[in-house]
Amino acid sequence: MTRKVLIVDDSKLARMAVIKALDSLHPDWTRFEAGDAATALALVQRESPDIALLDFNMPGMDGLALAAEVRELNPEILVAVISANHQVEVVDRARAAGAKFLPKPLTAEALRHFLVGVAGTQPGAR
Amino acid sequence: MPSQPPVMLSDLELDALTELVNLGVGNSAVGLREMVKEEVLLSVPNVVIVTREQAIANLGRDPTKRLVAVHQNFEGDIRGRALLIFPEAQSMELVRAVVGSDVSLEDLIELEQEALAETGNVLLNGCLSTIANSFGRTLRISLPEVVHGDGSEFFNLTPWPQIDDSVLFIYINFAVRRGNIQGYLAMLLDLPSLVTLKELLASYIVRMGGTATTSPSDAG
Repeated sequence: MTRKVLIVDDSKLARMAVIKALDSLHPDWTRFEAGDAATALALVQRESPDIALLDFNMPGMDGLALAAEVRELNPEILVAVISANHQVEVVDRARAAGAKFLPKPLTAEALRHFLVGVAGTQPGAR
Repeated sequence: MPSQPPVMLSDLELDALTELVNLGVGNSAVGLREMVKEEVLLSVPNVVIVTREQAIANLGRDPTKRLVAVHQNFEGDIRGRALLIFPEAQSMELVRAVVGSDVSLEDLIELEQEALAETGNVLLNGCLSTIANSFGRTLRISLPEVVHGDGSEFFNLTPWPQIDDSVLFIYINFAVRRGNIQGYLAMLLDLPSLVTLKELLASYIVRMGGTATTSPSDAG
């Protein structure tokens, strides 16, 4: 089943890296990119993505605050917060916000794990 | 004297470098958290390349506002000096966060250099090794040294270099509950290293799946 994935990171390169990982698993999935929280929230309302992959450390609203707002708009959405900063407080807050914490740089393997774990999806499954 | 650095990075190269610094300090935050036993908050790094003169000006020349720097030299494909700089007035706050609040003032003063060196070591090593690993290169990193002074002293430490060197200047805030500690990270590079850095960033971007343009996928 094709899914819609929202990728949010203030770094364009980091978004490219996430898309590369996603393409290696699910090239047919639709993806939306945002470089900041406001754009991300507008995309959540307009496009109703199934999955959101959010950078943690962003100017303005960070990925954890964004995760909470995204889930408020759409409680069904599956959210992962991505960061190299895996301090226990950050990981705990991600969990409290109903998001999975994924280490940065994101590997295809970690992404696959997240997608299988939360979405019950298999690469290649349509 | 040139007012512009001799090598400029493209937007995407600067983005890549910022992201690498972000990864580096993010990793370092985990180590710092273990040292201070509470969450370390980090701002998004702001990376610019400036001349040495600009870097000194950025730090200010106010003699009443002395600074502390922890610096380490690195060598490899890129060589230079990395510095963690913050106001001297805040250094004791940082030391207290690291060594704990139940230490006597005497011990605190005695431990100051060590605590600063260790903090710098964790942050600078975190950044440098993340950058080196991401490039698939090795950097040899010297032990940390602590110096008190101002920008012109920090950026003219010996053994160092030549004219035409440039400074990667990175603004970053880090905070623990005890107080906000405004810090700067700086990397002083010579011209050949800056040229190499630009090349390494370009190939890193390609490896990360980057091209000159990405297809706009957010067209509703």
